[in-house]
Amino acid sequence: MAQTTQPVGRRLTQRTLAPWLFLAPGMFMFTVYVLWPIVQSVTLSFYDWNGLYNGQGQFTGTFVGMGNYAELMSDPAFETSLWNNLKWLVLYMLALPIGLFIAIFLNQTVTGIRVYKSLFFFPFVISQVVVGLIFAWFYAPNFGLFYLLTESVFGKGTAILADPDLVTYGIIVAGLWPQIAYVMILYLTGLNNVAPDQIEAARLDGAKGWRMLWYVVLPQLRPATFIAVIVTVIGALRSFDLVSIMTNGGPFGSSRVLSYYMFEMALGEYGFRMGYGAAIAVVLFAIMMIFISGFIWKMWRDEKER
Amino acid sequence: MFPRPIQKSSTPAQWLYAVALPVALILWLFPLLGVALTSLRPASDLAQGNYFGMPSGIAWENYLYIFTQTPIGQYMVNSLWVTIPTVIGAVSLSLMTGFALAVYGFRANILVFFMFVAGNFVPFQILMVPVRDMTLQLGMYDTWYGLALFHIAFQTGFCTLFMRNFIKALPYELIEAARVEGVAEWRIFWFIVLPLMRPAIAALSVLVFTFIWNDFFWATVLTQGVDSQPITAGLSSLNGQWIAQWHLVSAGSILAALPPVLMFFLMQKHFIAGLTLGAVK
Repeated sequence: MAQTTQPVGRRLTQRTLAPWLFLAPGMFMFTVYVLWPIVQSVTLSFYDWNGLYNGQGQFTGTFVGMGNYAELMSDPAFETSLWNNLKWLVLYMLALPIGLFIAIFLNQTVTGIRVYKSLFFFPFVISQVVVGLIFAWFYAPNFGLFYLLTESVFGKGTAILADPDLVTYGIIVAGLWPQIAYVMILYLTGLNNVAPDQIEAARLDGAKGWRMLWYVVLPQLRPATFIAVIVTVIGALRSFDLVSIMTNGGPFGSSRVLSYYMFEMALGEYGFRMGYGAAIAVVLFAIMMIFISGFIWKMWRDEKER
Repeated sequence: MFPRPIQKSSTPAQWLYAVALPVALILWLFPLLGVALTSLRPASDLAQGNYFGMPSGIAWENYLYIFTQTPIGQYMVNSLWVTIPTVIGAVSLSLMTGFALAVYGFRANILVFFMFVAGNFVPFQILMVPVRDMTLQLGMYDTWYGLALFHIAFQTGFCTLFMRNFIKALPYELIEAARVEGVAEWRIFWFIVLPLMRPAIAALSVLVFTFIWNDFFWATVLTQGVDSQPITAGLSSLNGQWIAQWHLVSAGSILAALPPVLMFFLMQKHFIAGLTLGAVK
């Protein structure tokens, strides 16, 4: 043993150095690809830049100060996107009660229930591109199931993706489908861990149905609810894929959201307005930061409790 | 248990439940079932307006067509080229970062940890212009490694959160005991912690595989040609060419969905363990 025991001083330096050596590769990658680009995007939002460099490889942008942000304030497309983002945020929250409802429905021990649970979870596993295509087919005018359904009920079919007033709701429903599945699985795991003795005690006291759910079960599901809110907010604000696949922001730009409008401005057919795009991204980032800070704050509190 | 076990209810209620389960499932998966059926419907049916009636035959040729007449096979190979290196890279990096953050009590620990967690939630758009520009500058635009490198870096955030919490839950005495014996830090990582990480590695691998396979945004931003575009972006551009040829769109969709679905069914336990991290105390 004598030869493996090192002097105390050397062991201590090893122990102060070791974490940084383990962290180095991951932190390097994360800094280069995540942290630094955030700083760059914020800087870029004060410039007007078409994404090109001149012959000497120099940046060709011009400083415009708050110009991009001032332009945003009077840009009707930006206003539409912001409103749509709000609709997404609010309506996406429906995933929580619906997901909880399905989880309660499935939380039984009958034969084959495991297969049912995984099949209900299915929509979350497939790509949003595929979800978008599936719902585009579902909504398709003249033969889509949704169109036929509205036709048989109202006598006149609704081509939801071609209707500027309804299109965003149509896309949100498509997005809710996988999101509900995700929330459901979170709640199923939560329900699995609800303390059985508390339920039994409450049952003896005559609690059942809604009262049991509200006063006994939901408080115990709080960790699951917290995660569900976080992933649903992020899902709502990241809504790019579905908009891009189902409508390209149309008709007449009425289904744009910030994430999609940013992409359109920076890389889309309107030309490469990198600075303006960056300004939109900064606004989206600021909205997201509200939720991120809340999450970090709660994590910090939990860490201190340990 | 909540709700009350159905076995304790009356017989009619039990029957009702037994019927409600499959009905609810079919309704829930209705759009997907419709697309799966359409993918096997002959083009002639669609041309005659037979969208939902009995198909006149099973058209495996739809799948044959997209494999032989479109680059969908190439797109799927491209997806693997991006997905597999990302899984290996992100899991390896986060094993190390997770270990560092779980085992050592240095001062900046919590700060570094929160940086990874917060970075994981930022909207992609705030990264888009600089990351695309950097990828172009490095000559990695439109290559599998340009895309994979970004994914590795970004996924490291989520994976670090997962690994760190997993290692934190391991018995710390193991590490203490090894230190008393004078075992070097990297040996503790390699010989003591790593062998215990198998469930975490499995869970993260299936999750990252699914996330990356399904990624559309970065595929659009960082690649463009048939040679490097993954299936999601490829399917989107094929969709543009197949206007209203729903039998082809459907077959393509089913193909694109297949690998993550298989992954999920094979590794279900790990998949759900990864996703529901933090959902229970």
